[in-house]
Amino acid sequence: MSILVGNDTKLMVQGFTGQEGLFHSNKMIGYGTKVVAGVTPGKGGQTHLNIPVFNTVAEAKKATDANTSIIFVPPAFAADAILEAVAAELELVICITEGIPTKDMVTVNQFLKNKKTRLIGPNCPGVISPGKAKVGIMPGFIHKPGRIGIISRSGTLTYEAVNQISMNGMGQSTSIGIGGDPINGTNFIDALSLFAKDDETDGIVLIGEIGGTAEEDAAQWVIDNNFNKPIIAFIAGRTAPPGKRMGHAGAIIAGGKGTAQDKMKALQTANILVVENPAEIGIKMKSLIK
Amino acid sequence: MKIHEYQGKAILREYGVAVPDGFPAFSVNEAVKIYDKLNSKTVVVKAQIHAGGRGKGGGVKLARSRVEVQMLASEILGMNLITHQTGPEGKEVQRLLIEQGVDIDRELYAGIVLDRERRQYAFMVSTEGGMEIEKVAAETPEKIIKEWIDPSVGLQTYQLRNLAFGLGLKGTQVKNGIKILNALWEVFIDKDCSLIEINPLVVTKDNDVIALDAKINFDDNGLFRHSELAELRDISEEDPSEVEAGKYNLNYIKLDGNVGCMVNGAGLAMATMDIIKLFGGEPANFLDVGGVANSETVANGFKIILSDPNVKSILINIFGGIVRCDRVAQGVIDAMETVAVKVPVIIGLEGTNAKEAAELLNNSTLQFLVAESFEDAAEKSVKAAQEVK
Repeated sequence: MSILVGNDTKLMVQGFTGQEGLFHSNKMIGYGTKVVAGVTPGKGGQTHLNIPVFNTVAEAKKATDANTSIIFVPPAFAADAILEAVAAELELVICITEGIPTKDMVTVNQFLKNKKTRLIGPNCPGVISPGKAKVGIMPGFIHKPGRIGIISRSGTLTYEAVNQISMNGMGQSTSIGIGGDPINGTNFIDALSLFAKDDETDGIVLIGEIGGTAEEDAAQWVIDNNFNKPIIAFIAGRTAPPGKRMGHAGAIIAGGKGTAQDKMKALQTANILVVENPAEIGIKMKSLIK
Repeated sequence: MKIHEYQGKAILREYGVAVPDGFPAFSVNEAVKIYDKLNSKTVVVKAQIHAGGRGKGGGVKLARSRVEVQMLASEILGMNLITHQTGPEGKEVQRLLIEQGVDIDRELYAGIVLDRERRQYAFMVSTEGGMEIEKVAAETPEKIIKEWIDPSVGLQTYQLRNLAFGLGLKGTQVKNGIKILNALWEVFIDKDCSLIEINPLVVTKDNDVIALDAKINFDDNGLFRHSELAELRDISEEDPSEVEAGKYNLNYIKLDGNVGCMVNGAGLAMATMDIIKLFGGEPANFLDVGGVANSETVANGFKIILSDPNVKSILINIFGGIVRCDRVAQGVIDAMETVAVKVPVIIGLEGTNAKEAAELLNNSTLQFLVAESFEDAAEKSVKAAQEVK
């Protein structure tokens, strides 16, 4: 098994005909992902990469039975694209777009309540279940099918962790980039509870960073739910100065809150192995899994 | 984006929030002219910098005469103001706000901010105005009253009443207070703010409710909707090298160490800083070159990093995904031919086409160290920085 994306994924691409949309669609198809539809308002009826383009998400879903969407729509229109996909009741929506205004995401989050759709991101690299489906912009070849689940707020740092897992003779069940924005659709707890139920995930790599309290909340959840799969955690930004946004919109220490030290302490309290050295993620996971 | 208090007050005034009469001054002369215009017994001379704690640092003073305004304006303009938010290096005061004095009866606090856990905006008020709100929250959390705003219906009147009564407002103050609080919310939503803080919000001896201070920050991601806000940016309040980096779409933050770093991706950039520290070094900066690392971005990255004289070595750490390592390597080679880099450069490349990249680098005549791994990269760059005298 794996979670979120796999052999059953039938993908539509919102923002399909844009430069990024086409580039990454091509890569996802190359990886073996079933890309069944593209959506670009006003370009319905066209065909690109041998895939039909539709004007609306609802049309695309009706014609192709797509159950998942990936969004490459520019920030000004991305929240609307998410809402459209939620309204069409897709199971999973993965939003890659970086730079969506927070106000828009507050509204999106409200709209998502009591709906069937799960949102991943925004501002994330996507989700991959190696050997099955890649719904994102990550380099496919560094991944290997295996039994380690990865959850991360970062992009390239996730690739680094994936690479270490692969190099140490393990592989990944699913790797999820939950995104670097202050408001995201799926947080660490959501992802951990999915991995908890996955028989083919033996251990988890959790990559957090400064800002917010998502890591602390996850630590408390691990304690409250007696989560018993081994977890390795790394928190980026121990050397980050307070009050400065470190690239990601959500990576900021504000009012003394959101420091790496607090997060590491909370995770350790939950008996999670926190590595200080980001180069030790793979080797430490290997020692835990044995 | 941050703006000055006087700019924030101008926006509040537009939305009907009562603020003291006042104008910005860029010179002592202007300050005196404003005093003449205000026709107020007392005026306040306030340093305008993008940091809190100005009063404690000596940047806010009361003047009772024309002569005092002249004296205080010349004292504060040009001073290096040090507050808990400026850091020890302080900030030069280039603008003043001269405004009428107010007879204060009570000092209150009002603020709006995103509650990341609840994923909603939170409106906070407190009777403990004039203090640092973080301190109030830590020591006497019961003195902070909060209302969360449901985005499907917006801020409701009952919530405004809860806030106003929570502030202990009485009689006509209640109505005035509600009007101000509602206007703050309107500003927040209309302008895509990330923070509004009125500290203090005061009740005057004449029973008025007035915003005596105004801190307004905007969500950078929302700025594209607000061309009217662009002119409010004061670049002199920002780090010059960070402004320069912004022109090239590079995400750069200056730090105090001596190992410069150039990385693709914010998380990996932070992790690179962390691992430098772990190996006994100090990072000189955060620099995310983003998704496109070609010779131009690398060259610009070099220029920005080298503008910091503390830098003794440079670590380039790239995880190739969509970015191909060989292209980055070629970029580094091209850049080093155009930019004079006189400190050791250490390069760590992983991911797409890492092998081809290593070959390119090894065949080049330029001097740099190729790192075998993430750890090796950190170790080599820290060592190189320590060896340079």
